[in-house]
Amino acid sequence: MDRPKSTEPLVTVRDLAFYRDERPIFQGLNLTVAKGSVTAIMGGSGTGKTTLLSLIGGRLVPARGAVTVEGAVVSSLPRKALFALRRRMGMLFQSSALLTDLDVYENVAFPIREHTRLPEALIRDLVLMKLELVGLRGARRLFPSELSGGMSRRVGLARAIVLDPMMVMYDEPFAGLDPISMGVIVKLIRELNDALGMTSIIVTHDVAEASSIADYIYLLGDGHVIAEGTPADMHNTDAPEVRQFIGGLPDGPVAFHYPAPRYLDDLLAREPS
Amino acid sequence: MTAGAADMIGGLGRRVIEGVRRLGHATLFMARLMPALGVALRRGRLIVQQLYMTGVLTFVIVVVSGAFVGMILALQGYNTLVRYDAQSSLGLLVALSLVRELGPVLTALLFAGRAGSALTAEIGLMKATEQLDGMEMMAVDPLPRVVAPRFWAGWIAVPLLAMTFSAIGIIAAYIVAVSDLGLDGGVFWSQMQSGVSVTNDIMGGLVKSVVFGFVVSWIAVFEGYDAKPTSEGVSLATTRTVVSSSLAILGLDFIMTAFMLRGL
Ligand SMILES: Nc1ncnc2c1ncn2[C@@H]1O[C@H](COP(=O)(O)OP(=O)(O)O)[C@@H](O)[C@H]1O
Ligand SMILES: [Mg+2]
Repeated sequence: MDRPKSTEPLVTVRDLAFYRDERPIFQGLNLTVAKGSVTAIMGGSGTGKTTLLSLIGGRLVPARGAVTVEGAVVSSLPRKALFALRRRMGMLFQSSALLTDLDVYENVAFPIREHTRLPEALIRDLVLMKLELVGLRGARRLFPSELSGGMSRRVGLARAIVLDPMMVMYDEPFAGLDPISMGVIVKLIRELNDALGMTSIIVTHDVAEASSIADYIYLLGDGHVIAEGTPADMHNTDAPEVRQFIGGLPDGPVAFHYPAPRYLDDLLAREPS
Repeated sequence: MTAGAADMIGGLGRRVIEGVRRLGHATLFMARLMPALGVALRRGRLIVQQLYMTGVLTFVIVVVSGAFVGMILALQGYNTLVRYDAQSSLGLLVALSLVRELGPVLTALLFAGRAGSALTAEIGLMKATEQLDGMEMMAVDPLPRVVAPRFWAGWIAVPLLAMTFSAIGIIAAYIVAVSDLGLDGGVFWSQMQSGVSVTNDIMGGLVKSVVFGFVVSWIAVFEGYDAKPTSEGVSLATTRTVVSSSLAILGLDFIMTAFMLRGL
């Protein structure tokens, strides 16, 4: 991969702390997403990857620290400015989040209709162009309930990029896909990123796919970044946390267990009635 | 006092507190919804769309129920009136019962069970399947786009449906009275026309159905928006919509009837 790389940051996360109830999800998280890059954010389930995307999108507010996008601190933006920023951030939800009462065409057209007053003919061109990119131009009259998981993911992707955003966030884009759909999505993300000059953040726990398309990888654990580097760095490292994650080992420095009292104590104890 | 009784009173207290807490939540939600209601008015097409959906959902059962209630009123009313040789007032009795009470109340109850619960389930599922989150990330506020048009539609639909209910009921009662009970059709209508007051009876019924429409739609969208985003949470919310709406309708009906009959 020898495309020109910018080091200018688009998203920076500085000393971020976030709590759910009393439980810390992030404590002192720092990371940077370079403009034009594909950055993978990896970590086991429940490490807060989805939460991080919500923080970047300004749907959650950090307890401490800041998320900066294009130089603006997201959590301090007034609502209008936040919404203006979100129009330039596409997001692909894990569940695709397609609107169930609209067909594929109207789902992709939705952001255009909500945010612009373009004539119908132009909307049609834009929608068909994005659907062609994800290979679903022929499926435009189907409803979300008639789509397979891989197809809805692709429709979600077409919708996320229909307004030509500066960046797209993908939440677990590979989860639950068959190998063919997976291959298609992997290729699409990379191609869209390079062809449309976007920045991509991919949240995933799929090591192989992330390594194949990411320019840079952050590995999360324990509320902060436990390792970072290019895919090659990550494969060559001796750091035990990284070896554990990449090798898929159940035991190691990264805890597999949700915090709990000692197993023996738990077995001997009685539930308070 | 026995422990059982203390438990019961404690339980009752907790329920009351829980009820007041939810009412507070619902009020805060309404305060947030208010500006969205104004914004939604500028996109009448969305409201008309929702009105059409809720209308289709409830129209048939309102027509069928209205017809049956009208026929029952005719039979039952005749049975009572004939003892005093007052069967010529049957038209008036039926019309007053429907327009003032049964039309608004039964329509609102039917609406809550059919359209209100569907509204809650729809909004709750949109939340559970991240559709509302998705909208927010697309910089679209779900309150004016999703919730407000549904609220308007419900609020508008209930009075229209209540009028339909009463009209169908009166026609059905007329058919029973003339064809089955052998009353004179002209007397049926003229008694009704001279006895039903537009300002008092018809407006009174309309005010009731407008209030019911507001309350049922409010409860339905609040429960949907507030539902836990899981299938269990949505089904709980749906049940709560029907239960709270029904109680609210009957309670408010009592209060409004008391005020109206005492001529406030
Ligand atoms: N709405 C919520 N309320 C409370 N806790 C939550 C909520 N969403 C997520 N969590 C908790 O936050 C943690 C991180 O969740 P998430 O960001 O979804 O993890 P990931 O996407 O990495 O699997 C999890 O332990 C989860 O239980
Ligand atoms: Mg997640």
